[in-house]
Amino acid sequence: MSTVAADSSRDPGAAFREVTETVCAVHERPKPPKVWYFALAVSLGMLSLLVVSIYHLVTTGIGVFGNNNTIGWAWPIVNFVFWVGIGHAGTLISAILYLLRQGWRTSINRAAEAMTIFAVLCALIFPTIHVGRVWFIWFTIPVPNDLLMWPQFRSPLMWDFFALSTYGTTSALFWFMGMVPDLATFRDRATNRVSQVIYGLLALGWRGSARQWHRYERAYLILAALATPLVLSVHSVVSFDFATAQLPGWHTTIFPPYFVAGAIFSGFAMVLTLMVPARALFGLKDIIKDSHIEAMCKVTLATGTMVGTAYGIELFIAWYSGVMYEQYAFINRALGPFAWGYVIMVFCNLVVPQAFWFKKCRQNPWIIVGLCILVNVGMWFERFVIVVTTLARSMLPSSWHYFVPTFWDVSLFIGSFGLFLTLFLLFCRYLPIVAIAEVKGTLPEAHAGHHPSDHTGDNHDQADHGEANPNA
Amino acid sequence: MSKRKKNKAKSSQSAPAKTAKADANEVKASEAESAEVESKDAEAAAAESEDAEAAEESEPVSAKADDADDADANDADDSDADADADADDSDADADAESDDSDADADADDADDADADDSDADDESESVAASAADDSDADADDSDSDADDDDADEPAAAAGGAGRSGSADLDAHEDGELYGLLAEFKTPGELIAAAEKIRDAGYTRWDCYSPFPVHGIDPAMGIKRTILPVIVLVVGISGLIGGLLLQWYTNAFDWPWIVSGKPFFSLPANIPITFETTILASVFASFFGMWGLNKLPQHWHPFFSKDRFRKASDDGFFVGIEAADGKFQRGKTQALLEELGATAVETCYVSTDPRRLSLPKPVVGFIIVSLAVALVPFALVAKARTSKSEQPRWHIFPDMDFQPKGTAQAKSDLFADGRVSRMPVAGTVARGHLKADDHFYRGIDGGQWATSFPAGFEVSMEAVEEGRKQYGIFCQPCHGAVGQGDGMVHRRASQLGRNVRGWVQPTNLHQGTIVRQPHGQLFNTITHGIRTMPGYASQIPEADRWSIVLYVRALQRSQNANINDVPNDARSQIRQ
Repeated sequence: MSTVAADSSRDPGAAFREVTETVCAVHERPKPPKVWYFALAVSLGMLSLLVVSIYHLVTTGIGVFGNNNTIGWAWPIVNFVFWVGIGHAGTLISAILYLLRQGWRTSINRAAEAMTIFAVLCALIFPTIHVGRVWFIWFTIPVPNDLLMWPQFRSPLMWDFFALSTYGTTSALFWFMGMVPDLATFRDRATNRVSQVIYGLLALGWRGSARQWHRYERAYLILAALATPLVLSVHSVVSFDFATAQLPGWHTTIFPPYFVAGAIFSGFAMVLTLMVPARALFGLKDIIKDSHIEAMCKVTLATGTMVGTAYGIELFIAWYSGVMYEQYAFINRALGPFAWGYVIMVFCNLVVPQAFWFKKCRQNPWIIVGLCILVNVGMWFERFVIVVTTLARSMLPSSWHYFVPTFWDVSLFIGSFGLFLTLFLLFCRYLPIVAIAEVKGTLPEAHAGHHPSDHTGDNHDQADHGEANPNA
Repeated sequence: MSKRKKNKAKSSQSAPAKTAKADANEVKASEAESAEVESKDAEAAAAESEDAEAAEESEPVSAKADDADDADANDADDSDADADADADDSDADADAESDDSDADADADDADDADADDSDADDESESVAASAADDSDADADDSDSDADDDDADEPAAAAGGAGRSGSADLDAHEDGELYGLLAEFKTPGELIAAAEKIRDAGYTRWDCYSPFPVHGIDPAMGIKRTILPVIVLVVGISGLIGGLLLQWYTNAFDWPWIVSGKPFFSLPANIPITFETTILASVFASFFGMWGLNKLPQHWHPFFSKDRFRKASDDGFFVGIEAADGKFQRGKTQALLEELGATAVETCYVSTDPRRLSLPKPVVGFIIVSLAVALVPFALVAKARTSKSEQPRWHIFPDMDFQPKGTAQAKSDLFADGRVSRMPVAGTVARGHLKADDHFYRGIDGGQWATSFPAGFEVSMEAVEEGRKQYGIFCQPCHGAVGQGDGMVHRRASQLGRNVRGWVQPTNLHQGTIVRQPHGQLFNTITHGIRTMPGYASQIPEADRWSIVLYVRALQRSQNANINDVPNDARSQIRQ
């Protein structure tokens, strides 16, 4: 790399070539690092646990869950909301930061979008299997049938289905579209016949023509503009599942923004959890820079504080409303039988991210990963607290109940991580993990006004990506 | 900026020639190069072509190129007609890949060498190109036609050379001229070049870069895409479609009653409408973009150039198609070199039939998948025309098989194997004592009861009920009047001997039956007699008594005398 960079003042293409080489190296190195194999083995093990659990669930029935008459929604819905939330960071990075012209997003948007799609897949598992007879899940789709039966479009669960399927489709198309130019790079560098054919088919014959780029960029902008309201709507709609119910503790107007902030919070934590090790493992530190990681830590801090504020507002409104049921719901949350869950939630979501006020915490990869794992634990417990503690204490004291998960509750959740990680590891190895074309576009050399002879070094400070050639 | 560019252009004047030789690439030498060098270049070009086979055949190619040179003058006359015919041919084909062979291109190369000497020759280039042009069935024809008139002879020469070449050697790679591909060093130079090419009036050309170069759109004169309009239109259709879907399904086709809420009200239908709008718009922008870009198109002439692989890495290219009206081989190349291209390559469309047909694995895959696609239909057809003793497959058993006791089934749960339990010995369920012999058994004081029991009220309603019950249970055999000629009997008689052992049901108006006490009649209904089964399990006691009552009424009606007829109706009967 350094040899290429050294003569970059004479060869203007070196900076671009360096990006290509760095990103393609992840895919083209003869063998991935040993850690990759180890991680893949572990996640495949977890994935097989998922397959076994789903088989057991489908052949036995949803009685294998720990759900009871009082707590009819438990882990499956908690996991569903958890995974949907994880996905939100990807769209935020790829769409909203794109509209806001945040150049640093280019280094992580591909991986974050991939995470979005994998997280949505994991999320879709849970409502599907919670149906019980999964072969009737098609009832949610409005197709004419001999039962003369249509979906009930005024139900929030139906809104959920539409929101999530639209979100999944949009994310997948957005992701694939962004990837086509980079797949063309893979195609052009492929050395064996199989890769040439596969990447060639996937690249759709992309040749980087200016007329094609013109429409491509326009479509990208439109998709970003469409994905932005969509991502805000998805978790809002998910929160409607609760907010439209007449249950103290659920029936609040703060839910949509509170859910969206929490989703972005958990999503960024997950991106950091995965990308900090990945960039070290695959040698992407020159593309995913420390400054980018810091920026993400700051977003995590901001959204975490928003979520913490929402907790406070919830408590305040419960007190201020003067409604005893509302007040009881929140006293029960904080001090009831599931108080331990509430404590974990507040600690992980409100206290932990405050560490990111300190620059040292934003720069040490170990601290970042540790804190982000805690954040994800906290966000899972947030959903658990909302769903389970509220249901456990209904209006009728005779039906109050405690919730204990079964083996299958836990195995399905662990298994969903297996699916997520397996897909992510395969993605790292076989697809362009960084948006090569987009990163090139943010290099100073990419601008017409940039003269190779002007390489004095001052030039590099104008853009974040200026340090692309450290030796220049 | 412009100063810098000029310098670049100067330096590149000499540079390409060097690289051309050194790399053995088919880079064109600038105008100053001699014919010898040029023909060597042609040789190199042939050797360069991607197929190994072609490379082996490089000897004949170079020989051919020389031949073409020689033939130039000699064949001029007779090849005139050939050239025209050639153009016509490709017109008819209306396809870029007509039968113009590789040698044609070689001839062009050879011609290039002469091009320096005379202007007329230069024109001949353009005509040779325009012959290829015509085959594209382009709108720009008029331009090249104008050139055609100016330079008949040389054109014929070029065409003739190409023609004779193709006649000699069909096996060559290369094919028909597609265009020129020029590489530039930086995005800045690409933009500068694009501005010049735009100003020169070219239309069928494009720039290629590994990322979207900012400022290239105005430099090339690219108009804004209509994609946003498409998205808007489709998005609005998605909005209307979403609303219509919800209205039709929940308010019109099957009004869905939920807590007295209106069937169709905007607030509850907004979320779905929003999602369908977004989904439609996303599809429009995604598929619309690929459609407008004419992708997927997995094959393009430039992909045959190894150098073009840099277009997805660090290379910036300009490609000008030979189909462009302004395209003149020599002039266009000169323009590109002048603009600072580090390399200019000529690109051909292969006409080798082997390269034009689908690869064998792909053909095999298509055939196999078509065959596999027929399997379900074959299975359905087989199932519809054959019988099977096997029960159907239960892919999703739902509740078809449940661990429950069904009628007549054996149970492993109890020692006696019965599914249901018997009452505890010596006990009687409430209302089931049935102590009243008269009502339940038709016995009164040890004899068949001659009267109706106390619990049964003889009334017109009871007769009506009896008629109903008789109609259901007795009439099929005994007939509506009770003469033993019911529908079952009539059918049995019709079948004749085929129904073995059929005995005609009793005529209820025989003296023995008429004289039987009520209780005996009741007992016959309860337990049956001879071939008649008992009806105790199907007809409750009260209904059995009402049947007895009705049968008595029937018997009376069949054995009546005038005294039984009411007074006011007697006169009618006497008539």
